[in-house]
Amino acid sequence: MRHIISILIENESGALSRVAGLFSARGYNIESLNVAITEDPSLSRMTLVTSGSEQVVEQIIKQLNKLIDVVKLIDFAENTHIERELMMVKVKTTDHTRNEIRSLAEIFRGKVLDVTASTYVIEVTGPSEKLDAFVAAIAQETILEVVRSGPTGISRGEKGLSL
Amino acid sequence: MFIEVSVELSGAQILVQSLKDEGVEYIFGYPGGAVLHLYDAIFQQDAVKHILVRHEQGATHAADGYARATGKPGVVLVTSGPGATNAVTGIATAYMDSIPMVIISGQVPSPVIGSDAFQEVDMVGITRPCVKHNFLVKDVTKLAETVKKAFYVATTGRPGPVVVDIPKDITDPNIKVPYKYPKKVTIRSYNPAVNGDKEQVKKAVDLLMAAHKPVIYSGGGVVLGEASKELTEFSQLLGYPITNTLMGLGAYPATDKQFIGMLGMHGTYEANMAMHESDLIIAVGARFDDRVTGKLDMFCPYAKIIHIDIDPASISKTVKVDVAIVGEVKNVLEQMITLIKDHKAKPQKKALEAWWQQIGQWRAVECLEFDRESPLIKPQFVIEQLYAVTKGDAYVTSDVGQHQMWAAQYYKFDKPRRWINSGGLGTMGFGLPAAIGVKLAFPDADVACVTGEASIQMCIQELSTALQYKTPIKIINLNNRYMGMVRQWQEFSYESRYSHSYMDTIPEFVKLAEAYGHVGMRVERPEDVRAALEEAFALKDRTVFLDIITDRTENVYPMIEAGKGHHDMKLRVATGTSTDRELA
Ligand SMILES: Cc1cc2nc3c(=O)[nH]c(=O)nc-3n(C[C@H](O)[C@H](O)[C@H](O)COP(=O)(O)OP(=O)(O)OC[C@H]3O[C@@H](n4cnc5c(N)ncnc54)[C@H](O)[C@@H]3O)c2cc1C
Ligand SMILES: Cc1ncc(C[n+]2csc(CCOP(=O)(O)OP(=O)(O)O)c2C)c(N)n1
Ligand SMILES: [Mg+2]
Repeated sequence: MRHIISILIENESGALSRVAGLFSARGYNIESLNVAITEDPSLSRMTLVTSGSEQVVEQIIKQLNKLIDVVKLIDFAENTHIERELMMVKVKTTDHTRNEIRSLAEIFRGKVLDVTASTYVIEVTGPSEKLDAFVAAIAQETILEVVRSGPTGISRGEKGLSL
Repeated sequence: MFIEVSVELSGAQILVQSLKDEGVEYIFGYPGGAVLHLYDAIFQQDAVKHILVRHEQGATHAADGYARATGKPGVVLVTSGPGATNAVTGIATAYMDSIPMVIISGQVPSPVIGSDAFQEVDMVGITRPCVKHNFLVKDVTKLAETVKKAFYVATTGRPGPVVVDIPKDITDPNIKVPYKYPKKVTIRSYNPAVNGDKEQVKKAVDLLMAAHKPVIYSGGGVVLGEASKELTEFSQLLGYPITNTLMGLGAYPATDKQFIGMLGMHGTYEANMAMHESDLIIAVGARFDDRVTGKLDMFCPYAKIIHIDIDPASISKTVKVDVAIVGEVKNVLEQMITLIKDHKAKPQKKALEAWWQQIGQWRAVECLEFDRESPLIKPQFVIEQLYAVTKGDAYVTSDVGQHQMWAAQYYKFDKPRRWINSGGLGTMGFGLPAAIGVKLAFPDADVACVTGEASIQMCIQELSTALQYKTPIKIINLNNRYMGMVRQWQEFSYESRYSHSYMDTIPEFVKLAEAYGHVGMRVERPEDVRAALEEAFALKDRTVFLDIITDRTENVYPMIEAGKGHHDMKLRVATGTSTDRELA
C-alpha cells in the first residue's frame, strides 16, 4: 500500500543522505521525496512516498525514527490529511490545438505559465491522481516535458506535526 | 567566591582534554598527516594513554574488546584517507553487535574538502550505514560539545559506534578558543526508552504465568544492558528453561541446571527442540537473527512471543511478536519480577514438570559428545581443557569459524562480558586485537584468544602491539590447516569440492611468535594439551602462542542447515572414531 510519510528533520548537512541511504541500503521503495526548510530554520520538512506491506512500512517508520536527525514523523495513511503535488507540463501547440489544451487545463484548474509560438507550460496542482489524470488526458505525442514535485501533505485540524 | 575561569585551548588540546574529562583511559590509534596536531597534544600529557597498534583495523578491534569487557566506550583515533578506511571493518563489527565506541578520524582541512585532496575520503559518507551516528566538526567552538554528544549517543539506548570526523584546521594549535566540557547534553530528537509500558508488562506476565512449555531466549542486550542479575533472578523465580544466543553467553550462568545451552544454527539439540515445541517464548534483548531462527516460517510454530528490546526496530522485524515491550531490559525485568512476586497465579507446576522431563529426554541425546578416544587432538577437547585450566574464569576472545563455535559450545561462561566475539559481522581478525584491549582493561585476569590458522593471519601484526604494551595473552590456535567453517559447508553442500578453503603455505607459528618476541609452542598429541595449557598460563608475563594441531576433518555439530527448522538438526553420527574419516 502507498504511504505518505512526513518528517521533521534537523536542517543539517547530511541529513537528507541519511534518509536516502536508509532506503537504498534496506531495499525499501521510494516513489518520491521532497525536502525544504520550515518556519523554524533549524528544521526541514520532508515528504516521502513509499509503498510496501504493512510489516515493511512499520519497519520503515521505525528505522526512520531511529535516525538521530529525525525529530518527528507522521504516517498520513492513518490520518485525514490534505495532499498536494505541483506539476509543470510543457506541451507542443499548434493553431488547432491551443484552444483545446487551454480548456483542458481549465477543467483541471491549471494555469498556463508560459507561452511561445509552439509551446505552452501548464501548471497543475492537486492530489497526485489528479495530475496523473491530466497527463493521461493530453494527447501523448504533444507532451515535451513533465516535472512533478512529488506530493507534500499536511494534516487537517489541530493535530499535526510540530515540536 | 568561586570564579569560573574559562581556559583557552586549541582544537587539538580541546579534543584531548575532552577525552580526559569524559574519563577515557585508553585510545587506540595510529598517526598520520591529518591528525598530527592531535598527536602533538597527546604527546604533551599522560592522563589519556595512547596504544599504538600496527594496523587501524587492530585499533578498532582492540577498542571494541576493551568496550565489551568493561562496558565502557572504546576510543579510536585514526588519520584521514587510508587510516579511516582501514578502520571501517572494525566500525562495522562494533555496529552489528551494538558496541559503544567513539572513533575520531582526521580529515583534510575544511577549505579543501571535496577537492580530492591528498588522503581525502568522505568518512561521514563511507561510515553512514555502519555507525549509530556520525559528525563532521565544522567549528572548533563546537568541538567539545560534539565529543560529548558522541559519547552520549554511543553509550545510551542501543549502544553503537559513533564517528567524529575532524578536519585538520579545526585542530590548529594557533587557534585557541574557550574550553568547557559540558556535564550533560540533550538531543531533542533522541530519547531512548527506559521503562516498559505497564499494560504491556502486565500482559506479558499474565502470559508467563499461564505457559505450559515456556522458554526464555535471551541475548546480547542483557550483557549490554548490565542485566545479568535481573535475568538470573527472573529465570529462577519462574523456574523456566533458558537459552542464550551466541552474544548472550554468560548473561545467565552456563553451569546452572536451568540453562539448556546456546540456540540456533550450532546451538544444542535441547535448546532448539525446546524452542520448536514451546508454547511461549520470551525474548530478552535478542534480535531474532537468521542464525537463530532458521527458516522463518518454521520458527516456533506453537508459541506466543513476548519481546523486550530497547530498539523498537528490533521488534517484529523478522518475526512478528504478540507482546512488544520497548525499554531497558534491566528496568523491564525488574518490573516483571515485582509483578510475578505479587501475582495471584504461580507458574504451572504440573505442566512445568512434564516440560522439564521432555527437555531431559532431549538432553539425553548428548548432542555435544565427541570422540574422546581419537589419537588426534579434538578441538572440543582443547576448549574443555582450557576451561579446566582457567577454572572457567578467563576472558575468552575468538575469531570466526569452527573454533569460535567450539569455544562457545564448550567453554561454560558463568559471567557476562567474559565471552568476546564478533557475532553479527563475523569478522576474522577480531580475536587478537580484542584480547589486547581486554588485557589492558584487566591486567590481572587470564585472557585467551581462541583462533584458527586462517583468522589469526588477518591481524597477526598486533603481536607486536602485545609486546610493546606488555599484554600477556594466550593464543590458542586450533590449527586444522583449513578454513574449517568454509570446508564444512563445502563438505555438506558442495559435494566436498574444497574450493580455496585451505592454504598450501601456512607459516611456522612458533617461529613467527618468537620473531615477535613471544613464546611459541606447538602441540601435536592429545596427551600434551593439558600440560601445554598449564605451562602457557603459568607464564604470567609472557604472551604465548599455542599452535595446536587438531583433527582437520572435524565438523561443528549440531547444525541446522540453511532452510531447515529448529527441529531438523544434523547431529554427529556417533559410530567409530572420526579419524577413520578421510576427506574426499
Ligand atoms: C560462524 C557464526 C555462527 C553463528 N552461529 C550462531 C548460532 O548458532 N546461534 C546464535 O545465537 N548466534 C550465532 N551467530 C551469531 C549471530 O550471527 C548473531 O550475531 C547473534 O545471534 C545475535 O545475537 P542477539 O540476538 O543476542 O543480538 P545482539 O546482536 O546481541 O543484539 C542485542 C539486541 O538487544 C537489544 N538491546 C541492546 N541493549 C539493550 C538494553 N539495554 N535493553 C534492552 N535491549 C537491548 C538491541 O536493540 C538488539 O536488538 C553466529 C555467528 C557466526 C559468525
Ligand atoms: C574477514 C572475513 N573474510 C571471510 C570470512 C568468511 N569465513 C568465515 S569462517 C572462515 C574460515 C576461518 O578459518 P579459520 O580461522 O582457520 O577457522 P576454522 O573454521 O578452521 O576454525 C571464513 C573464510 C569472514 N568471516 N571474515
Ligand atoms: Mg582453520
